[in-house]
Amino acid sequence: MLYGAKMAWRHLGSAPGQTALLVAGVAAAVFIFIFMSALIGGLAELLVMRTLGNQADVTVAAPDPPLPVLVPVQGRHVLAARQASTSPSLGLAAPRAWEATLAAFPGVQVVAPKLLGSGVLIRGEVTRPVTLSGLEPGRESAIIRFDRAMLAGTAALAAGEVLIGEKLARDLGLSVGRAVTFRADNGNSVTLTVSGIFRLGLGQLDEAAAFVPMSTAQAVLERPGRVSVIELKLDDLYAAPAVAARIAASTGLDVTPWTETNAQLFEALRAQGNTGLILKVFAMITVVIGIASALMLTTFRRRGEIGIMRAFGATRRFILYVFVLEGALIGLAGGLAGALLAAAALSPFPPIEEVQTGQLPVDLGQGSIGLAIWLTTLGATLAALLPARAAARLDPVEAIQQ
Amino acid sequence: MSGLLLEVREVHKVYGEGATATHVLKGVSFAIDRGEMVALIGASGSGKSTLLNILGTLSRPTSGEVAMLGEDLTRADDVTLTEFRNRHIGFVFQFHHLLPDFTALENVMFPSAVRAGRERAQARARAATLLAQVGLSERADFRATQLSGGQKQRVAIARALMNEPELILADEPTGNLDRQNAMQVMDLLERINRESGTGFLISTHDEQIAARCSRRIVISDGVIAADRHSDR
Repeated sequence: MLYGAKMAWRHLGSAPGQTALLVAGVAAAVFIFIFMSALIGGLAELLVMRTLGNQADVTVAAPDPPLPVLVPVQGRHVLAARQASTSPSLGLAAPRAWEATLAAFPGVQVVAPKLLGSGVLIRGEVTRPVTLSGLEPGRESAIIRFDRAMLAGTAALAAGEVLIGEKLARDLGLSVGRAVTFRADNGNSVTLTVSGIFRLGLGQLDEAAAFVPMSTAQAVLERPGRVSVIELKLDDLYAAPAVAARIAASTGLDVTPWTETNAQLFEALRAQGNTGLILKVFAMITVVIGIASALMLTTFRRRGEIGIMRAFGATRRFILYVFVLEGALIGLAGGLAGALLAAAALSPFPPIEEVQTGQLPVDLGQGSIGLAIWLTTLGATLAALLPARAAARLDPVEAIQQ
Repeated sequence: MSGLLLEVREVHKVYGEGATATHVLKGVSFAIDRGEMVALIGASGSGKSTLLNILGTLSRPTSGEVAMLGEDLTRADDVTLTEFRNRHIGFVFQFHHLLPDFTALENVMFPSAVRAGRERAQARARAATLLAQVGLSERADFRATQLSGGQKQRVAIARALMNEPELILADEPTGNLDRQNAMQVMDLLERINRESGTGFLISTHDEQIAARCSRRIVISDGVIAADRHSDR
């Protein structure tokens, strides 16, 4: 079919203005496709990074103990109504074994245990309520990216050290190296040294949270060898519900994906994705209609030639091939041109993590460039089928006479 | 070279149906031997072009039979007819109908290339030879749009000869040319007929053109009105 390709190429070359316009039209649609993909992908990434960046994708905790409904009272059983306890549970025992189990699940990228408790930080006359989190040394930044948020000191924790937020440090008049007392709700106290001060931009964490090594937390909260939760980061954020369901089914633990704790954000991201999809579909429809109508005109203009080709032995399949190939070539050329244009126009945008307020969060990496070229070529090929079939079915006698 | 080339038996062609039906051919029968040069004479609307289209397998008769080289062409499917046409029949039209985006050489090569799926070197050499035979070697690389009317018609003749067909159907081949060019084209057709034995069926209403053929078939109102050999 080399000869058919030559013929298609000649046809396109014989009307350079029309071909250039067609390719430009396709390129514009591809540009829109890539831009929308990059913008919506970038926007979603920015939202996720800013909202969920310091949260676990999946949180695993010990299940609540079953609530008995029949209670023995004075030799009889009575129906009891109870509310679930709001006090912290004892947590997960043997966390190392659970960590290994959870790490083995497909799609799990990071596993980080955490022990939670509450109390107050005291310095002199000033007291501030805080949530105390015990983290595994060496994995302090596994979930919350302290390493990107340090204002002073280091994110690495050693025994007897504490990480606090900028606002809390200011309230307590603390700086790196200073000592502060933590008194837990159970009455236990420990003196800690500030090893680092961070600013995450999240109110609760910046002004009412303290992070200490796991062993320190276990000692002061009297939870030796236990953790409250094991937090997971996944390869694919949006796989969280599925991964959570798998873990819950096979471990019996209480597993919560981020989509449950941030349902509104999840819905917003999904709606945003759907809007982008609709826009991209319209861009593709534009390509298909544009190419189909242009090729319809071309086949009409070339009716005489088609008749002659048929007279001299061109089969219907050959005619079909020539015109479908014309559509495919226009799609491919337009796809490549649009992709190059998009790459040139979008590459100056900063990476998502460096996007400032007011800047468009465009992530060229999420521009689906390969998909755009492939879909455009496929769409253009399909668009050419209708006019090509019409050309192939022309009555050669009528075509020659016209 | 002799023997039966083409046989037409009781061919009818009706366009439309019912009250609007037009009976263009009303039982046409004749035969052509290999190497014959036949003029098909008739007024406009007599059915000449319709008959040529049927003989060229571009159109099917409403009834009747057409056989060429012993093969029944009325019952074959489209693919078979297309291949048969490509191998055994050449066309020369009143308007040259060259492919405008192709050079003269590429136009001549078309029947071979479309069959082979590529332009073979052997075909290129034959096309060049044919262009030399029609006196257009120097115009081989000219686009069809860069040639004069007479030159275009000579390229069209070379194209018709490309696959060495047994029969060339020429529909008013000189109808669009001045007298000098028309005579040059006829000289060329006569020479080809004489040298290669290619059969010709030339539709014309020009007596001078018809006089140069060895046989004259006159068609009138869809029937053969006369069929006689002449002393060319």
